[in-house]
Amino acid sequence: MTTTQEHAPNPAAGDPNRPIGFGRIQRKEDPRFVRGKGNYIDDIVLPGMLHGAILRAPVAHARLVSIDTTEALAHPKVRAVITGKDLQGLNLAWAPTLSADVQAVLVTDKVRFQGQEVAFVVAEDRYAARDALELIDVEYDVLPPLVDARRALDPGAPVIRDDIEGRTDNRIFDWEVGDAAETEAVFATADVVVAQEVVYPRVHPAPMETCGAVADFDPVDGRLTLYETTQAPHAHRTLYAIVAGIPEHKIRIVSPDIGGGFGNKVGIYPGYVLAVVGSIVTGKPVKWVEDRSENLMSTSFARDYIMQGEIAATKEGKILAVRTSVLADHGAFNATAQPTKNPAGFFSIFTGSYDLKAAYCKVTGVYTNKAPGGVAYACSFRVTEAVYLVERMVDVLARKLDMDPAELRLKNFIKPEQFPYANKTGWVYDSGNYEPAMRLSMQMAGYEDLRREQREKRGRGELMGIGVSFFTETVGAGPRKHFDIVGLGMADGAELRVHPTGKAVVRISVQSQGQGHETTFAQIVAEELGIPPESIDVVHGDTDQTPFGLGTYGSRSTPVSGGAVALVARKVRDKAKFIAAAMLEARPEDLEWEKGRWFVKGDPSVGKTITEIAFAAHGTVPLPDGIDGNLDAEVTYDPPNLTFPFGAYICVVDVDAGTGQVKVRRFIAVDDCGTRINPMIIEGQVHGGLTDGVGMALMEIIAFDEAGNCLSSSFMDYLIPTAMEVPDWETGFTVTPSPHHPIGAKGIGESATVGSPPAIVNAIVDALAPFGVTHMDMPCTPARVWEAMQGRARPPV
Amino acid sequence: MQIPAPFDYERASDVANALALLERHGPESRAIAGGHSLLPMMKLRLARPEWLIDINDLAELDFIRREGDQLCVGALTRHTALLESTEVAGLFPIVRDAELVIADPVVRNRGTIGGSLCQADPAEDLSTVCDVLRAKAVIRGPGGERIVPMSDFHRGPYETAVAQNELLCEIRFTIRPRSGSAYEKVERRVGDWAVVAAGAAVVLSADGTIEEAAVGLTSVGLDGTVGEAEAVLRGQQPQEDLFVEAARIAAAACHPVDDQRGPVDYKRHLADELTRRVLRRACVRATGAEEG
Ligand SMILES: Cc1cc2nc3c(=O)[nH]c(=O)nc-3n(C[C@H](O)[C@H](O)[C@H](O)COP(=O)(O)OP(=O)(O)OC[C@H]3O[C@@H](n4cnc5c(N)ncnc54)[C@H](O)[C@@H]3O)c2cc1C
Repeated sequence: MTTTQEHAPNPAAGDPNRPIGFGRIQRKEDPRFVRGKGNYIDDIVLPGMLHGAILRAPVAHARLVSIDTTEALAHPKVRAVITGKDLQGLNLAWAPTLSADVQAVLVTDKVRFQGQEVAFVVAEDRYAARDALELIDVEYDVLPPLVDARRALDPGAPVIRDDIEGRTDNRIFDWEVGDAAETEAVFATADVVVAQEVVYPRVHPAPMETCGAVADFDPVDGRLTLYETTQAPHAHRTLYAIVAGIPEHKIRIVSPDIGGGFGNKVGIYPGYVLAVVGSIVTGKPVKWVEDRSENLMSTSFARDYIMQGEIAATKEGKILAVRTSVLADHGAFNATAQPTKNPAGFFSIFTGSYDLKAAYCKVTGVYTNKAPGGVAYACSFRVTEAVYLVERMVDVLARKLDMDPAELRLKNFIKPEQFPYANKTGWVYDSGNYEPAMRLSMQMAGYEDLRREQREKRGRGELMGIGVSFFTETVGAGPRKHFDIVGLGMADGAELRVHPTGKAVVRISVQSQGQGHETTFAQIVAEELGIPPESIDVVHGDTDQTPFGLGTYGSRSTPVSGGAVALVARKVRDKAKFIAAAMLEARPEDLEWEKGRWFVKGDPSVGKTITEIAFAAHGTVPLPDGIDGNLDAEVTYDPPNLTFPFGAYICVVDVDAGTGQVKVRRFIAVDDCGTRINPMIIEGQVHGGLTDGVGMALMEIIAFDEAGNCLSSSFMDYLIPTAMEVPDWETGFTVTPSPHHPIGAKGIGESATVGSPPAIVNAIVDALAPFGVTHMDMPCTPARVWEAMQGRARPPV
Repeated sequence: MQIPAPFDYERASDVANALALLERHGPESRAIAGGHSLLPMMKLRLARPEWLIDINDLAELDFIRREGDQLCVGALTRHTALLESTEVAGLFPIVRDAELVIADPVVRNRGTIGGSLCQADPAEDLSTVCDVLRAKAVIRGPGGERIVPMSDFHRGPYETAVAQNELLCEIRFTIRPRSGSAYEKVERRVGDWAVVAAGAAVVLSADGTIEEAAVGLTSVGLDGTVGEAEAVLRGQQPQEDLFVEAARIAAAACHPVDDQRGPVDYKRHLADELTRRVLRRACVRATGAEEG
């Protein structure tokens, strides 16, 4: 990998190779992972534990006629078989989703997607549980399925949600943002208007670890301990309390090591609820771990947006307005995880990085006979779709105007002096300096040379493409007055304790699925208090041990919890000042802080280190009034705004003209995530996101046949990229701190996933320009690229 | 975790023992070699053998050796061994071409040539390779040994000449002077099965004309090689318009189906494109090849 512009060493941090604070350090959690000492759900074994397995529907749409469990119950190792009817008795057959809808835990009336949960077997081992599934006899009355979202609102379309009183169609919501009339006025008078349908197909997060749970209900004291693959343990606890009626103080959620989330592990799945029910029914702990096909077929997908884009500009290339109408396929239940007031997530950031006169969008969400879910897969609450739309549209416009796509972008960026920038759909971008990032990426790429090489190659009939994308992310949800999930404000807590010997433990409400929280958050405390990161433990993922907060998704850990941790460390630092003053018999206002110690202004030799102060706090030094004997603090951080990371990406592809195969030759990624806490972790996040991007651009799609059968239910058919498909990533960065975040950090978790697909597709479309291609939809498989070359590009759905 | 239906297991000590076990446990028993085709099917419960007869201890079937004008490859030879053999690469470069694009190292370390041929998946790369090299299969069963040419070995998708109580033991390739071969595959991603692949083998006569030619295609519904294309090539000087004609015939002869990997017209186009590419390369290799 190539990295330009190393982080300047922080002189206060001492040895730059062992920074006490921000800087490049190896991840504290890695030794346990590389030694195979991680502790994942499937590693958890409790005494007497039983095993659950789910019977799933083989068809997409069918009335449930009958279920006969007699034979399964007769299996010598089976302890319980639970059906929808049993759950109805417990009032648990349906559970609320994160989007004001309900989802069947087990089918009671009809099957609404292939792979839906029909029955749950609890047995002595997982083999028996699986075998017993085959002994359950289910009769279905198959109904015509609705697979094509474009037909969802047709008059005679089958009504999927006849469980909801009064429903006569498949419309979930209509949502609009921006000023339609103002936008129409701009479009009406613009020199140039281009329109393009842009489809972001359904993809899947496919985390390496599938979803699972171990439920342990103690019938004596009514306490539920639930080990779960969850990105949001606290939110889950509250929801279980509401749904299952178990008092919240009797519920403990533990999210141990998690093998990847990408949004797949935000919601509550029927499997988790069934493990709980299984434990209540049998009086034993019950483990349920889904297999790969179950994960791909039934858990939260992502995207599935059919977007009609329009862009208006002057003939000189000044972009005036963007308008879009979107058909959003939400599957059988509206189970997207997103803030309550944002049914289309943060899609309204489709105005991108450009200074527009007007913008308007309308999103219609519909039900289809497909798995529910929706926001998963590192998408920053649908910023992914928004950025893809606008970055594709800008390229379509560049072609129409015969302008270089990089030049066109440079001409239209929001200027540094315009920040904070209020866009036309209600966002206030906190800070940005776009041109230097764009210029840096072009310089790293050798943009002019690449264009020259491309011209030469075209002369020889070779297909080379250069794709540019520039994205602005919207992360760190968010201010509680604007953002909540099922009524829970999106703030996060942090608790910090400094032990008498100066070692510390920080407890956070967000939960790592691989992002490196145990390192990053220790570094934030280290930076604020001058305690080495290795002396700070980060505790997360256990509701009994951590403060309340909404969890890790939407790149919110650093913007929200990172703020909480910085503030809690500062609170400790402020308290330490009073204790130091008592120790030094000085006035607090006469003390000055340098990393790791308070000293007397004008006499730096007289001071107390944080370790000395910690001991004194627990020791015998008389403490000033109002200061109690510890060095602990807690905060809940409600961020004043979201943060807006950005980046400039350039991709170079070669296309085999005979076969349509695409080779991503180079990828240059310049990211600006504000203050950089650990550059190595940032690069890791970027590398992962770029790899995701290659997957989505070239090969990933959850496809269905006309009967609603999922055609992508294993890794044989749902392709994810390997090291062989990705180039040597070339990363660079600029630093534009967030003005409102305590340490100026903006979040990086999803930037690359958001920014890379348009760069890759733009490069492919650019390569195919000699064939007159102006657009093609993902995934750009060899067959689809070849079809585009024949002038027959077609949408994937 | 995907879990197969219940089954029993025995480990065979040699070929005779394996045959005896297959006989004893009857029609619901099956040999398992690398397991990279059989186990995935069992985990999805698409295959439900009651007995697995493990043949991985049969070292006598793990060899690559030259006998006269024959290259003999034991059925238990792993993909990796074929990929790494310089002898194979020198004599039959098509094998190396194909092995480079079969699955990934993990699969190649376990998967065997015998398992590949007996699986007879229409997308199996080594089936095409063996077809165009006109290989012979050595099969042993209760009635002794028989030698079956590839043209009789494949009996349609997932069907071969090997009966349930028999074992494929060896594959034989005839070494010929002035020969060349090549394989090329289009896949959606490294490790994926072929969208389409093509293989070709040629033998040139002393004057440089094509004496013998074989053209095969993977994943497009062909049984065996494309006789009509081969007939056009035979006796001609290798040159581009000849390859174009042969490729056109091959593309017309195949029967691709529309699926997740691509539509029919694309696959037919690939059959054409790839046939041209492998013929070109096979002929170049034949010209430069050392005498076997
Ligand atoms: C992820 C993945 C990707 C793959 N990609 C490709 C690819 O791109 N191209 C490709 O060609 N293949 C591919 N394969 C298949 C791979 O090459 C397998 O190894 C091969 O198909 C089977 O060989 P095996 O030794 O594993 O056979 P097994 O799975 O052990 O057996 C397969 C069948 O052959 C029978 N059998 C095995 N040996 C004998 C014998 N000596 N006599 C009689 N019957 C026998 C078994 O009973 C069984 O029915 C892939 C496999 C996987 C898992």
